Amino acid sequence: MEEKFKLSPDSFEALPQAEEPDNEKIAAPSLTFVQDAWRRLKMNKGALISFWIILLLMILSFGSSFFINHKTLVKSAPQYANLPAKIPGVPINGFNGKLKVSGQWVDEYKQNNVPKGKYFVLGTDYLGHSLAQRIVYGTKISLIVALVATFFDLTLGVAYGIISGWKGGRTDNVMQRIIEIISSVPSLVIVVLMLVVLKPGMTSIIAAIAISSWTTMARMIRAETLQLKSQEYVLAARSLGESPVKIAWKHLVPNLSSIIIIQTMYTIPTAIFFEAFLSFIGIGISSPETSLGVLLNDGQKNFQFLPYQMWYPAIVLCVLMIAFNLLGDGLRDAFDPKSRR
Amino acid sequence: MAERILDVKNLEINFHTYAGDVKAIRDVSFHLNKGETLAIVGESGSGKSVTTKSLMGLLANNAEVMGGSIMYHGKDILKNSEKQMQNIRGKEIAMIFQDPMTSLDPTMKIGQQIAEPLIKHKKIEKKKAWAQALDILKLVGITNAEERIKDYPHQFSGGQRQRIVIAIALVCYPEILIADEPTTALDVTIQAQILQLMKELQSKIETSIIFITHDLGVVAGMADRVAVMYAGQIVEYGTVDEIFYNPQHPYTWGLLNSMPTLTSTTLEAIPGTPPDLLDPPKGDAFAARNPYAMKIDVEQKPPFFKVSDTHYAATWLLHPDAPKVTPPKEIVRRHQLFAKMTAHESV
Amino acid sequence: MRKYLLKRVFYMILTLFLVATITFFLMKLMPGTPYSNQEKMTPHQIQIMNEQYGLNKPIWMQYLLYLLGMLHGDLGTSFQFSNQPVSYLISSRIGASAQLGIQAMIFGIFFGVIVGSIAAINRNTWIDTTSTVLSIIGKSVPNFVLAVLLQYYIALKLGWFPIADWGGFSYTILPTIALGVGPLAETARFIRTGMVDVLNSDYIELAKSKGLSRFGIVYHHALRNSLIPLVTLIGPYTVALMTGSMVIENIFSIPGIGEQFVKSILTNDYPTIMGVTMLFSAGLVAVILLTDIIYGIIDPRIRLSGNED
Ligand SMILES: Nc1ncnc2c1ncn2[C@@H]1O[C@H](COP(=O)(O)OP(=O)(O)OP(=O)(O)O)[C@@H](O)[C@H]1O
Ligand SMILES: [Mg+2]
Repeated sequence: MEEKFKLSPDSFEALPQAEEPDNEKIAAPSLTFVQDAWRRLKMNKGALISFWIILLLMILSFGSSFFINHKTLVKSAPQYANLPAKIPGVPINGFNGKLKVSGQWVDEYKQNNVPKGKYFVLGTDYLGHSLAQRIVYGTKISLIVALVATFFDLTLGVAYGIISGWKGGRTDNVMQRIIEIISSVPSLVIVVLMLVVLKPGMTSIIAAIAISSWTTMARMIRAETLQLKSQEYVLAARSLGESPVKIAWKHLVPNLSSIIIIQTMYTIPTAIFFEAFLSFIGIGISSPETSLGVLLNDGQKNFQFLPYQMWYPAIVLCVLMIAFNLLGDGLRDAFDPKSRR
Repeated sequence: MAERILDVKNLEINFHTYAGDVKAIRDVSFHLNKGETLAIVGESGSGKSVTTKSLMGLLANNAEVMGGSIMYHGKDILKNSEKQMQNIRGKEIAMIFQDPMTSLDPTMKIGQQIAEPLIKHKKIEKKKAWAQALDILKLVGITNAEERIKDYPHQFSGGQRQRIVIAIALVCYPEILIADEPTTALDVTIQAQILQLMKELQSKIETSIIFITHDLGVVAGMADRVAVMYAGQIVEYGTVDEIFYNPQHPYTWGLLNSMPTLTSTTLEAIPGTPPDLLDPPKGDAFAARNPYAMKIDVEQKPPFFKVSDTHYAATWLLHPDAPKVTPPKEIVRRHQLFAKMTAHESV
Repeated sequence: MRKYLLKRVFYMILTLFLVATITFFLMKLMPGTPYSNQEKMTPHQIQIMNEQYGLNKPIWMQYLLYLLGMLHGDLGTSFQFSNQPVSYLISSRIGASAQLGIQAMIFGIFFGVIVGSIAAINRNTWIDTTSTVLSIIGKSVPNFVLAVLLQYYIALKLGWFPIADWGGFSYTILPTIALGVGPLAETARFIRTGMVDVLNSDYIELAKSKGLSRFGIVYHHALRNSLIPLVTLIGPYTVALMTGSMVIENIFSIPGIGEQFVKSILTNDYPTIMGVTMLFSAGLVAVILLTDIIYGIIDPRIRLSGNED
């Protein structure tokens, strides 16, 4: 059977021995944890698109602060009330200034003698405000609420969790009981109580949401801190006598970062939902102030006749929620490879 | 000649992955005789588990059998439908897994878990199945079995759980028992007990065993024959004595050398790592780590050279034109022992 | 077990006591009289009212009386709603809310489990992708937006169900869906993740090696193991349903607790706000305790014990 093989005279010469076997070289350059997570995130199309959408909405809503502000939105223009969307050059019913009134498409701009050249891309509300402007402004409010809630998560929640987990023992016990009690009250109830006590409005909404949002973060951080505490490098740092604050900053926070990022991404949509929810039922921000919840509340009243007044803010709110949820899922998968399927 | 109950020929299995096709099993052939224990040894990732899973028809979704056959009772298992495989699994070919801590359903009483194959294959009712489950539970050495049959897995120790897993595998008296590293997850004393148990049961139940391990040490007392796997291929096979005392493949030498013995105290692990199976080398897969590598090793894949009727090895060192090399000291010692043993026999 | 339960019940009572106390003093902090919404009243009238409601007594006395009253189910008298006792307001409305909540919970969990398991079994196929997309949408679309849309398009335009109000079963369908979609989406995601894990586990491999059929494996092994942890979500779902009820009951004009709560907040009806707060907290605490106990019963690995912490 050996005849099949082509053997040359030098076939059986010994190979020079390599110092190290070749295949011990590491094939791919090793990536740092964050780079690796970023690479995984980029492969997740939904999360990536969400990221860009959120970025776009942020730039749009915060960038618009120069043109659209509280003052421009309070001024009403009754002559322009309840106009449907009109985008010049778009001949599609619903976006050309026409509105379906009892089965007929009627040009509302002509009916109301709106001067030529005046148009509202998303129509107007019942006081003649540009809906597009209000939506942009409302989105900004939602994002601000979300950012502030996140801020409390990051400060109060993270610090509370680290201290509770790090101190352990009695302190931990008491701190956990406090969290337990806070979370046996539906956060909605806390929010409502805060709103009853404080004057309804932007600040109280933010305060209320902030107060009820940090407990989950604190719990997760504590659990993780408990684990990290017994890790070798932390033990080493401790035995070297580094100060607790320094250890927390240098060793704990970086290792907690994925949990922090993931958890933050769950706080944001919750906060956005709460603002919209409270304003919608009329105990949060209310007209003539603007937020997505306020717009939905306004729009819902006229939904039968002017459905666009609810649809547009609803779509923006849903897109915002979906984008944050998708990005949150993407980040979780990217930072926590164990959870990937 | 012993009856062959399982005959694997030229098996090739690929896994489709994002990075490309992992060629996990490359032209593997072996057979199993009735009543014997065949050990398959090899480093982690050499394809032992993939081989056994293909026997059970339990390959992962991304696996594709590229060629070969697995003849069992004159029929090619690879051509069976899923339904036909379900009738073989657990009844004719059964399996013991590596980690007893995770291989039992935590929410089901162990009695039911043992009874399940009986209810499925023997179509007997639950009560009778439990009675038989109890018998086998006693057989695998669970004390106080009458009480414990109603317990849940978490109420047992690791060794006990592995006994239960064995009970599940043997409850239908299968013809072939595949044990995929059944003792790796257990500590040493328990290991010995489980191996002892398997040997006892083998004679009681008259089953053939394919015993997978990466630890040559446990093979000696267990197996009749040994197949050595490296990078998806079998590189040497023979009887237990032939592999232990007359090994021919440098990889087998390495494995034996890295085994603790009474005489040597230093362990010599084989340097280097196995090749990337996404793009396996075209010659001898072991060449890169082989201190005896020759030019031809990187050029052409060695065929099996016959050492004896039962012993074959795929290494160019056995080619008549190859230079004689001196194996490591420990192997030389073994070869000398082997010479003495065979001399005795021929007298 | 007994010790564990006693301990839990003790913490439960302590929690409710703290909630009652904090709520009480928060409400007392409020400026103005509780009647400020109503027509101008003469000082004399106000004094009569104060006496009637015990508001002229010192604060600590009012507090003790409130706690004492609560022990036998007296939550005070509503300022705004025809002077009815708060306990009556609540008990006459709790039926509708409870029915709606339970229906929504069952609807969400039942369909969520189905969707989630189908997705897990067909992992990485279009079925899985579709259900993932739907779950994300279900999770993201606020229930009140969904409620308005359902009410307009399904009830008003198509006329399939009553638009609002509370009557027979047909009245409950749209609110149940609106309220239950969130839990449904959450359950589907949860079950999918859990079941994918379970399906990859060693004991499923062992079940396969026994020769069980695909259905047998899912039904006897995978489903049970992925369902058990779902119990831990019942607490959060309860919170979501309580929250949701406020807005859904409003949209569909359902005479329930949630709708009452919103009315009370808008009219500064402090006794009712406090009553509902206590009810919601007590409900949640009880549900959490109950689910912990259930979890211990259905998961053989968990043994409730006194020294567990
Ligand atoms: N589902 C899969 N997808 C891709 N590659 C796989 C898959 N399953 C196994 N492999 C690859 O096939 C090769 C053989 O794996 P196998 O599990 O058979 O190794 P093993 O010899 O059993 O090792 P161990 O001793 O660690 O159990 C490995 O390189 C592994 O990466
Ligand atoms: Mg293996």
